[in-house]
Amino acid sequence: MRVVEKRQLLSAEEIGRTLQRLAHEIVEKSGGTASLALIGVRRRGVPLAERLAKSIGDFAHAKIPVGTLDITLYRDDLSTIGPHPVVQSTEIEFPVDDRDLVIVDDVLYTGRTVRAAINGLFDLGRPQRVRLCVLVDRGHRELPIEASFVGRTVQTTDTELVEVRMKETDGEDRVVLVERAL
Amino acid sequence: MVQRLTHLLGIETLTREQINFFLDQAKPFQEFQRYPLKKLATLRGKTVALAFFEPSTRTRISFATAAARLGADTMALQAEASSLKKGESLMDTVRTLEAMRPDSIVMRHSSSGAPAFVAERLGVPVLNAGDGMHEHPTQALLDALTIRDRKETLEGWNITILGDILHSRVARSNVYLLSKFGARITLCGPAPWLPREVESLAPGLRRSHCTEEALEGADVVMVLRVQTERLHEPALPAEEYILRYQLTPQRLQLAHPNALVLHPGPMIRGLEIDPAVADGPQSCVLEQVTNGLAVRMALLYHLVGGAGPDTAQVTKE
Repeated sequence: MRVVEKRQLLSAEEIGRTLQRLAHEIVEKSGGTASLALIGVRRRGVPLAERLAKSIGDFAHAKIPVGTLDITLYRDDLSTIGPHPVVQSTEIEFPVDDRDLVIVDDVLYTGRTVRAAINGLFDLGRPQRVRLCVLVDRGHRELPIEASFVGRTVQTTDTELVEVRMKETDGEDRVVLVERAL
Repeated sequence: MVQRLTHLLGIETLTREQINFFLDQAKPFQEFQRYPLKKLATLRGKTVALAFFEPSTRTRISFATAAARLGADTMALQAEASSLKKGESLMDTVRTLEAMRPDSIVMRHSSSGAPAFVAERLGVPVLNAGDGMHEHPTQALLDALTIRDRKETLEGWNITILGDILHSRVARSNVYLLSKFGARITLCGPAPWLPREVESLAPGLRRSHCTEEALEGADVVMVLRVQTERLHEPALPAEEYILRYQLTPQRLQLAHPNALVLHPGPMIRGLEIDPAVADGPQSCVLEQVTNGLAVRMALLYHLVGGAGPDTAQVTKE
């Protein structure tokens, strides 16, 4: 699939500031961090969750556990796509029961990934609460899913894609809007 | 890019990359066995036919559980071995399976090559759960996963396989797999069960009729099940087998101190294996069972489902 870059949505510096703000919001709206935990959705939700946890650790002096969740087995489109995708591991070292969880992902679009993430978490236990934190909300929801913590809201069309690049996975911090080229 | 697999008929034709791929993919399914809720919707709506034409409890239950945990439905087809003749009836078998329209077939049969025969004629993935004296690929994969987990690598170990090699599809599949990873393999058993021809299975195989010699320096000891029917043959009474080939604690000491003991099961304690060894710290039998579930889930996940033909192809003669 060929893509053409249309414009930059967030620079590295803006990503940094946005994550700082989100970290503060999470702490502010959680009524205490004792049972708080972040769940990064593979792949790019993971470095985002780790950075948020580090930030919270720095200013609130609270050690927030971070888990990683692979949603491949919970996707709703497995019978329609070609060969099944490779499954990565889910690593959540703490019990999920009675936890105040925040799912962290890079882009919120149709909401199907988040639905799958919720299913995955509920196979592990019964959280006290689950909320969602995303770097970019690009609209076009197909399910009743909403994010409590949003970095940037962007209007997009169906042929556009929001690409989030992170140093840990892509070598740079940058968010761009791209168009599918025919 | 790993070459995709349509059927799992044997280990002989798999590449190292394909084997490593499935061992890696078993990992998330190993973790899954520890979840409080072991039920996915991943293969929901798919049907896996369990066509076992030879008696089996462990392998059948393992595949049935793997399918169920993935959310698939199973159809159990069990036929008495005595009612099967070769050739013509296998064709009837194929037609019966086709009429059930499963999305995939897990098959165990007393004839070598039967799963391949079915795979050529039906348009659905076939997984070989053991065919005659030919192969038992999922056993070799779960054995490899067990070795890799305990020893951190699969490369270059000294492997001793002990028992009725001649009739063992487990031995064959393990020889094929481990020789792709540079293993130095010694096959050991009584002469009637260890003909010279077994050396042609892979380059560099050693053959020995002396258990002590075969165990020296072994990193992994695979003990094969003794089919008790065969012990009534005059050439090989049970007492002599125990005397010369049983894996005792004393014999195990000839192997490396941390050598692994594997057994495909079911074990006959006091026959091919001393109970102290079966229950000892080097024994991996329980891990093998758990790993079997993870490997079979990984295989079913990748081979069953995805976009494909909804109906089986018309049977060709």
